[in-house]
Amino acid sequence: MHIKKNIAISDSGFIFNPGTGDSFSTNPVGLEMIRLIQEGKKREDIVLALTSKYHVEPTTAEKDLAEFLMMLQTLQLVQENE
Amino acid sequence: MNKRKVTVAVSGLNNIDSPGPGIPVIRALRESARYDVRIIGLSYETLEPGLYMHDLVDKSYQIPLPSAGVDSLLERLRYIHQQEKLDVIIPNFDAELQNFIKAAARLENEFGIKTFLPTLEQFESRHKSNLFEFGQKNGVKVPYSKMIFSAAEIHQLHTEFSYPLVVKGKYYEATVANSPEQAINYFHKMNAKWGLPVIVQQFVSGNEVNVTAIGDGKGRCVGAVPMRKLYITDKGKAWAGISLEDPTLIEIAHRVIGNSSWRGGTELEFIKTNEGEYYLLEINPRFPAWVYLAAGCGQNHPEQLVALALGESVETQEKYDTGKLFVRYSYDLIVNLSEFETISTTGEL
Repeated sequence: MHIKKNIAISDSGFIFNPGTGDSFSTNPVGLEMIRLIQEGKKREDIVLALTSKYHVEPTTAEKDLAEFLMMLQTLQLVQENE
Repeated sequence: MNKRKVTVAVSGLNNIDSPGPGIPVIRALRESARYDVRIIGLSYETLEPGLYMHDLVDKSYQIPLPSAGVDSLLERLRYIHQQEKLDVIIPNFDAELQNFIKAAARLENEFGIKTFLPTLEQFESRHKSNLFEFGQKNGVKVPYSKMIFSAAEIHQLHTEFSYPLVVKGKYYEATVANSPEQAINYFHKMNAKWGLPVIVQQFVSGNEVNVTAIGDGKGRCVGAVPMRKLYITDKGKAWAGISLEDPTLIEIAHRVIGNSSWRGGTELEFIKTNEGEYYLLEINPRFPAWVYLAAGCGQNHPEQLVALALGESVETQEKYDTGKLFVRYSYDLIVNLSEFETISTTGEL
């Protein structure tokens, strides 16, 4: 899964989808997850990055990441790797 | 670059909550890199705000209502032309277009005034009642629709339609009916307001996306910018919108305009389904009131229309900025009574 190429994401966490005209805001942790996805990191690497930076259990981080990815999918911001 | 001086008459000065396209067209022309425009406003009512926007409109004249017919219109335009030496007229109301289309040849031959309007055949072919056939002919999906002339026909619709379905007035308005009872109720309302036939249409769920575009009448779409409404008034008009990056929609717009050899400005209204399919809902035979967004995004469609009307070369514009918004606002013009008196009594301002 990767972030669609045409999605604009600013450092403030503002996300714009030029295909649908939708815009969203995410908090710094959400932005960090998006950047890691954009870098092509695997799920386990993202979980590791989150657990090493924040005081959070791996299971919690995994759950939060899964929910976040599902939200990105619902909002049409990601697509499956070809 | 020396700009060519042109005098352009523009109607649709009703810059109200359900705005006409006149003022946005004028704003785009004022920003033209090609033309130094003198703008003559054409109005039907004395309280059209554009009449009093003197920084945008140089001089205004009232013209007869469309119901007065082509001859009355020509007579009035003859007088206006004597005063102003018009080069081009851009009519912006659906209801007046038929008269202007019929008058176009005489305007050019007798007065030398240019227009760039759809043909009468194109104008008729995009009517709601003909749109399904238009879609089939021009390779674009249109929700299946049918004209009905009596409420009794609604009981037979189950063989062709499932509920919900859309009940549409001949000229304006559309309502979603969830049952035959509701459909009958809406049929009577639409009939009372707009007359027969009433159109029933397959309901398509999705997001509405619109395109402002312009065709050269020879099968070339010389500009197209898609937009999604972000804020809609209770009259269903866009109060804010954003330009989209949508190559598929642009391709469809080019196809529709190319296949139909559309001549002039137009607005194409689509529904994009969740599966990514596009259904054409309506073709407006003139620029939309949000056409200034196209100029803001780098495509000046009104300028292109003037160039086409004058028989000058026009390049196809493909680039435009995505993610640009328009946000409307209301603004109180303070008008001296003498101005209102002048337009009311003399028909000029």
